[in-house]
Amino acid sequence: MADATGAAAAEPKNIGETSETGEGGVRRRDFINIAAVSAAGVGGAAVLYPLISQMAPSADVLAESTTEVDVSAIEPGQAIKAVFRKQPLFVRRLTPKEIEEANAVPLSALRDPETLAERTKDGHLDMLVTMGVCTHLGCVPLGAAEGENKGEFGGYFCPCHGSSYDTAARIRKGPAPTNLVVPDYVFSSDTTITVG
Amino acid sequence: MIRILSALAGLVFAGVVLLAFVMGATTWLTEEPMHSADHEFHLDAHGPEGGYSFDGPVGKWDVAQLQRGLKVYSEVCSACHSLKFVAFRDLEEIGYSEAQVKAFAATKQVPGIDPNTGESVMRPGEPTDYFPSPFPNAVAAAAANNNAIPPDLSLMTKARHHGSNYVYSLLTGYTDPATFEKDGKRLMEEFPDFQTPPGLYFNPYFANLNLAMAPPLGVDGQVTYDDGTEATVSQMSADVAAFLTWTAEPKLVERKQTGFAVLVFLLFATVLAYFAKRQVWSSVKPKKA
Amino acid sequence: MSFPWAKEYTPANGFTKWVDEKLPLPRFVYNAVGAGYPVPRNLNYMWNFGVLAGFCLVLQIVTGVVLAMHYAANAQVAFGTVEHIMRDVNWGWMLRYMHANGASFFFLVLYLHIFRGFFYSSYKAPREMIWLLGVVIFLLAMATAFMGYVLPWGQMSFWGAKVITGLFSAIPFVGEPIQIWLLGGFAPDNAALNRFFSLHFLLPFVILGVVILHVWALHIPGSSNPTGVEVKSESDTVPFHPYYTAKDGFGLGVFLIIYCVVVFFLPNMLGHPDNYIEANPLSTPAHIVPEWYFYPFYAILRAFTFDFILEAKLWGVLAMFSSILLWFLLPWLDRSPVRSGHYRPLFRTFFIILLVDMAVLFYCGGAPAEEPYVMISQIATAYYFLHFLVILPIVSSIEKPKPLPYSITEAVLGSDKKAVLGENTQPAT
Repeated sequence: MADATGAAAAEPKNIGETSETGEGGVRRRDFINIAAVSAAGVGGAAVLYPLISQMAPSADVLAESTTEVDVSAIEPGQAIKAVFRKQPLFVRRLTPKEIEEANAVPLSALRDPETLAERTKDGHLDMLVTMGVCTHLGCVPLGAAEGENKGEFGGYFCPCHGSSYDTAARIRKGPAPTNLVVPDYVFSSDTTITVG
Repeated sequence: MIRILSALAGLVFAGVVLLAFVMGATTWLTEEPMHSADHEFHLDAHGPEGGYSFDGPVGKWDVAQLQRGLKVYSEVCSACHSLKFVAFRDLEEIGYSEAQVKAFAATKQVPGIDPNTGESVMRPGEPTDYFPSPFPNAVAAAAANNNAIPPDLSLMTKARHHGSNYVYSLLTGYTDPATFEKDGKRLMEEFPDFQTPPGLYFNPYFANLNLAMAPPLGVDGQVTYDDGTEATVSQMSADVAAFLTWTAEPKLVERKQTGFAVLVFLLFATVLAYFAKRQVWSSVKPKKA
Repeated sequence: MSFPWAKEYTPANGFTKWVDEKLPLPRFVYNAVGAGYPVPRNLNYMWNFGVLAGFCLVLQIVTGVVLAMHYAANAQVAFGTVEHIMRDVNWGWMLRYMHANGASFFFLVLYLHIFRGFFYSSYKAPREMIWLLGVVIFLLAMATAFMGYVLPWGQMSFWGAKVITGLFSAIPFVGEPIQIWLLGGFAPDNAALNRFFSLHFLLPFVILGVVILHVWALHIPGSSNPTGVEVKSESDTVPFHPYYTAKDGFGLGVFLIIYCVVVFFLPNMLGHPDNYIEANPLSTPAHIVPEWYFYPFYAILRAFTFDFILEAKLWGVLAMFSSILLWFLLPWLDRSPVRSGHYRPLFRTFFIILLVDMAVLFYCGGAPAEEPYVMISQIATAYYFLHFLVILPIVSSIEKPKPLPYSITEAVLGSDKKAVLGENTQPAT
């Protein structure tokens, strides 16, 4: 009993002190403390997972990820704006002249080299589907609606910081690093595309 | 001083409440206790024989049953009751493929707008749409149902005590008040004046015994099941009750499974904590002499 | 203040030394809940609930902040956003059940903590301030819980908001204008829902502030203990860390197991089915009750059914508020020099009656407003007030307490050498 009470004033044995007090490495009784504190740590870390995960898109948001667009009414030279994942989607039917201009540009002159054919689907070279989100900082470029400034390359022009895109929506001038993004889509029929 | 004032306040409160007690007790003793039919002849809800597959801490959905329940809801209940918190896409959780959900949704008409004119139209549903309401608004629902608005069913099994059993009991519980008895006492003998008002239906599982809903599942075989299960009234009631349990708590199975993992871990960690505590205290705890 | 033998924080390396000189936060923590805080060595498991209450507060704040990221306080959509959380948000069902049941467990822990205080007279000098702040925390927690219950905008939310704000209408002359002002309208609607959400978000942080004061006040005299005898020497105490961190850690584990059984297997057990029906201003649920943790006070409110000079309604409201506010007076009502109920036989008898009385009030508060529940709650209410305001002061002056141990060490070990020798700090074997 003398030993028991004397230890009250003695240095407590806790896990922080194992390295100093443990002579032959970790002793068995320290091991149980380390295990208990580790279990608490693991539990705390596991709780973080749902707390972080809850901020990711919820089921209803993910469910809206595919959008169908009827493209039959778009005349050559015209574009429409649709909505995909709450962001603008540009669908544009190119005129033969615009296709020619796009193909005339040597790939070496491009910041983000891609041909028009690579940016459209086989057999639909005139149907250019891109996100309407400038790759610089996310503004909506002009040029999809009738009468808007298409920029000096005849495609899209972003008014925020002056990025100009050509008729294949490739970046030609200004701060944007890459071409307007072509989302995943398929022609679900001759007149309808399914995006996402 | 503070104690004198407090004691006075205490005596006043106690005095007033005891006065109320005396008055209450006098009335209670002198007046006949109120008898009411709904108090004495109401039945507690019970589930189908054998219970539900999702009962208990390890219960799971019976997917075939949920699909049958969906069919009962679609063919019977949906004529009057909405299911507004359930989206068609949710049906993928009860065993349907994306294509099946899309096809099912397309058979339902949901409110939308004409993309060219902006006028209100009905259009075929998409997986992201929610089950449409049979009535455009509450007033229309009341007008079509003798002023009793059919409640939304999405949360019905959580909105009643023992909800899954309640739905089953209610659907199978319609009976004739003239012959109804409980614990050997006949309703019409105890309450000769009891009557079910016109337009209402007697059901001892409903709170006041008279319900505005006509018996929805009246005959065996009212719904034809795709899986060949015999559609008795009891079977259809159990299936739709199971389906509504799923609509009310779609995460029920996920919840119980997560709970098991959490509890196993906690038990392990707590046992460790117990031994760690004992170890820490071993140096100061007096040993039993 | 601390005991002279409290260990001093010594920075382990150059970096912690640098931090200690600029902002001695590690030192502060060390002295608050570390090895630098000497605590009586004889605390039993009833002393766990302070730490557990702190844990519950943090749990509620964390889950609450997360839920607020998905909830919308608008009467049109509030009910729907709660269902959105339950169905679509990743882990939303778990976070909501944790928060809803977390409130219940918070109150369970608070009640145990408070009744620990009643039995061991933790409110007595020199710890009055700790007690007063504790009552403030309890009142704030009640307000927060009530406003939180309104947010899902179910039937119980709506009618709870209406009934509780209706309490203020009992105040003569200005009552009704006050109720309308509280609600921002004639019935609960958007205005009420939005302000309740705002305050429900704010108040937990106010509680956190008062909790810090509560713990600060605790560190002035140090923790009480089951004997009620003050700490005399070093052998009476052990450092908080690792002794009580280890003990509280184990207690936390047990608490979490019970909590998780409810969250994952019985999540709606403590709730009411009517709150899964969307608020309907035109139809009152058949049986309206508050959450279980308000039952005793709800029973007191309903016990006053007779107009005596004042209206019964006003008596009920006065009694309900008084029933908690009188806890503020406890340090001055109970004048017995002995703290612990273990050494006060008469007090102990009445304490057990109080426990039974509270259990009866709990039961009656949840029962329908019919006989015999009203009559039973009237008797229980009368005893409640008599106990605190009349019996307790009388008992404290007439009872003859049992002899106290000389010191905590003697209580634990059977003897304290110091008691015999009067000088040796080394305890006897």
